[in-house]
Amino acid sequence: MHFRTLRQLSEQAEAAGLSIGRYMLKEQAEETGKSPEEEFQQMAAYYGIMKEAVQRGLTEDTTSRSGLTGQDAKRIMAYREAKDSLLGADASLAMGYALAVSEVNASMGRIIATPTAGSCGIIPGVFLSCQERFGWSDEDMTYGLFAAGAIGYVIANNSFVSGAEGGCQAEVGSAIGMAAGALADVRGAKPTQAIHAVGLALKNSLGLVCDPVGGLVEVPCIVRNGFGAVTALAAADMALAGVRSVIPSDEVVQVMLEVGSAMPDTLRETAGGGLAQTPTGKRIMEDLRRKKK
Amino acid sequence: MRFKDVFSIIGPPMIGPSSSHTAGAARIGRAARQLFGRLPQRADVIFYGSFAATYEGHGTYAAVVGGLLDMATDDVRLPDSLDIAMQEGMQPEAITGKGLYPHPNTAELHLYENSEDEEPAFTLVGTSIGGGNIEIVSIDGFKVKMTGNYPTLVIQNADAPGMIAIVARLLQHHGINIGTMTVDRKSRSGEAMMVLETDEDFPPTLRGELAAYAEIHTVRFVHIT
Repeated sequence: MHFRTLRQLSEQAEAAGLSIGRYMLKEQAEETGKSPEEEFQQMAAYYGIMKEAVQRGLTEDTTSRSGLTGQDAKRIMAYREAKDSLLGADASLAMGYALAVSEVNASMGRIIATPTAGSCGIIPGVFLSCQERFGWSDEDMTYGLFAAGAIGYVIANNSFVSGAEGGCQAEVGSAIGMAAGALADVRGAKPTQAIHAVGLALKNSLGLVCDPVGGLVEVPCIVRNGFGAVTALAAADMALAGVRSVIPSDEVVQVMLEVGSAMPDTLRETAGGGLAQTPTGKRIMEDLRRKKK
Repeated sequence: MRFKDVFSIIGPPMIGPSSSHTAGAARIGRAARQLFGRLPQRADVIFYGSFAATYEGHGTYAAVVGGLLDMATDDVRLPDSLDIAMQEGMQPEAITGKGLYPHPNTAELHLYENSEDEEPAFTLVGTSIGGGNIEIVSIDGFKVKMTGNYPTLVIQNADAPGMIAIVARLLQHHGINIGTMTVDRKSRSGEAMMVLETDEDFPPTLRGELAAYAEIHTVRFVHIT
């Protein structure tokens, strides 16, 4: 890849006269030596798996092995059909879809890690709901995934994308930033403008700890994917409206690295603190251990 | 760069619930299986850090065992790998490790040729760095660095002048470009290991061509797609 920072990414894409997604496809093909068509086909297939996951989450039993989670996507869908939701039809749909994919993940179904399994609901949630709303093609969405991947590539190489290294900000936070920047890109923002969405989004999840109850990717991971989808829409809207991230997005990525490195082990996916160590969190963990025996 | 391309961020396709604790764990197991070259009769799976704290909930143990059975990250049989291991004749054991470890998500694997052996025939230390990506940091006690994302050649040889040149020349002859390379040795003029990640697949004749040199003791290939 010819870029290491979000600034370089957006400037190089603009200089090439391409969207971030189209520029990333070109860079990817150059990096691997495969044809752009082959790379595009693989990403298109991944988008197909995301669609399947949304469908499964809305129609199949998504009760997790622990029994702690499942069926919440269906609750959201039923609610938004019965009543005018506070979020409105579009954001509530993104939220419902995001929960659907995360519930499929928790019930050991097939998903695409974006960038991780713990954060796998956010990008499919906003991509599928916006595709329906704006009538975008699968091709548009596939380029969108390349844009999300380009942003994630910079975040992952300059900071981290795993909860064990950097807390939930690194997983759900990165996914929101990737989704927001990619949505702005698909919606036609200039690359430099789309990159503002990344910094705006990341700032809102700085410090988010990884504290899974019982060590499972269920509580609070699944609902955070629902919230994440809504936040991604908000950050993309801000950037599209011309709101700028005063602290440049690359500097926000560095802050995420600094904050994550300072987090104690107990709040980095060890179930040693946070929600996992509340009285209820501890009771759930005990119950799970007993059930196993 | 720890993450090389767009599909290390978007992807892999996988069976949940965790990319670093399930998909990454499966890929560490699969790297060990490919390096060992066959199914071990017994396997100690030693977990450290966050792996040790949460391996039961994330199915990390089942994922490593699935990898040892050569399953991919989206293989639907992964959740049932412990039963399948029994059927296929491998006895795995999960162990919580003590002491220092290189990364919060670390697994150490000891593979035994026969179930009654006291010493493992093969050892490997792997770390899961996020999003299903891994780094193998040790093989049979040699310090290495490999991701499994590329066609990878692992050679154990006598520590002698010209060994790297022999290997590099053979790869050049086949038009294979070396992307990364690590070398380590146990002692001066003792045993050494070199690990080469390349851009092209290896031709079937390469193993024989390398093994023809008396100083080259083992030749192994890894590529986790």
